Amino acid sequence: MNLTLKIWRQKGPQDKGKMVDYKVTEISEHMSFLEMMDVLNEQLINQGEEPVAFDHDCREGICGMCSMYINGEAHGPDRGVTTCQLHMRMFKDGDTITIEPFRAKAFPVIKDLVVDRSSFDRIQHAGGFISVNTSGNTQDANAILIDKHAADEAMDAATCIGCGACVASCKNSSAMLFVGAKVSQYALLPQGRVEATDRVQNMVAQMDLEGFGNCTNTGACEVECPKGISLENIARMNREFFSAKIKG
Amino acid sequence: MSGFLNSSIGRKYTMALSAFFLMIFILQHFAINILSVFSADTFNETSHFMGTNPLVQYALQPVLLFGVIYHFVMGFILEIKNRNARDVKYVRNNGAANSTWMSRNMIWSGGFILVFLIIHFLDFWFPEINTKYIQGDMSGLLADGDGYRYYEELTHKFVPIWRVALYCIGFVFLSLHLLHGFSSAFQSVGANNKYTKGLKGFGKAYAIIIPLGFIFIALFHHFNH
Repeated sequence: MNLTLKIWRQKGPQDKGKMVDYKVTEISEHMSFLEMMDVLNEQLINQGEEPVAFDHDCREGICGMCSMYINGEAHGPDRGVTTCQLHMRMFKDGDTITIEPFRAKAFPVIKDLVVDRSSFDRIQHAGGFISVNTSGNTQDANAILIDKHAADEAMDAATCIGCGACVASCKNSSAMLFVGAKVSQYALLPQGRVEATDRVQNMVAQMDLEGFGNCTNTGACEVECPKGISLENIARMNREFFSAKIKG
Repeated sequence: MSGFLNSSIGRKYTMALSAFFLMIFILQHFAINILSVFSADTFNETSHFMGTNPLVQYALQPVLLFGVIYHFVMGFILEIKNRNARDVKYVRNNGAANSTWMSRNMIWSGGFILVFLIIHFLDFWFPEINTKYIQGDMSGLLADGDGYRYYEELTHKFVPIWRVALYCIGFVFLSLHLLHGFSSAFQSVGANNKYTKGLKGFGKAYAIIIPLGFIFIALFHHFNH
């Protein structure tokens, strides 16, 4: 198929940036979206032009690096997939595809489609961990009984890959689905309960400090999340936060 | 609870709590207003009780005013903060692909409700406060002393068709606001569980039936007086 691509080009963080039109031809419907971008970049390099910078790593939906806003949606029009899992069969011959970086003040553009998502790392550093004694007397994990439903819910929350699609999709650039998932994956397990009070307060404080917006429960994040993280995690975080504040 | 109100989640909580209070108030307001359709006397007596009862006037009314002002002020503060969280807008954004129009436009439906509320206050609340607390007439009687004034005042207000139309538009925006706001308030206070699906259904029914009921009352009095 032949396509017209409208891509955000920005030389660096200080550059104003603009949309630039490109044509790509003979794109197979079996290609992934990133393979299509590779074809474009080969074309640009052969023409002596600067290739389009974009994030990618595992290309199998695990790492959370790819981060394009395609035709007005994070990771494009398909559901439950990252950009690398998006296939060109989702588009038609002759389509015009708009490709932009994830937009949020807390995700500044580094170059073209590459954004700095280290704000997520700083939120994780603020509390997304458990403190474990590794002196040689560690307890056997199987010795701690965990309810099957809680284990499943914790695992579901832990599938968040931190790609930032929730922030990109939210009209308020809120990171609450990400933080809710990270808070939940520990709050549901006995190992995480020990530091639960500090964890939720510290992570929410860091989230607010980074300049993310407030959740208004539109649910856009849940729809666009490639891992299907549920809004229940935001509700759980809200409960955890309220309970932590009461405890002081 | 230090720093609770300065946190994003704390503000969500207080928005939700004020919303719960306002939704209960709207239900109570509707329950009294619908009496006017069935019995002028019952409406008059209930209105007089609400208008003169010290608990309602000096305890609940200030709380209601605070709730209304807080909900609007915090709503605008959060909207400004949220808009600032994205300094460069998308060239193409397909919001309809993942969220409802109502959820994305709460500030607009809320803004129109505020305009409606100002008109509503000018129509009913300010004259009521003037009569009772400035002129000092707590009797609730008509100028000629022949019965209570509340039903007469209500029906008189809904004679001009422009005011009826204005109220109908106001209630449409209230409905749009509640269609998202009802269930959103529960999510904000952390209530998302096995009852959520049923709660959303109830919320939609509330968001449609109550504003429609208010519209019915306005139309009923317009066409019967």
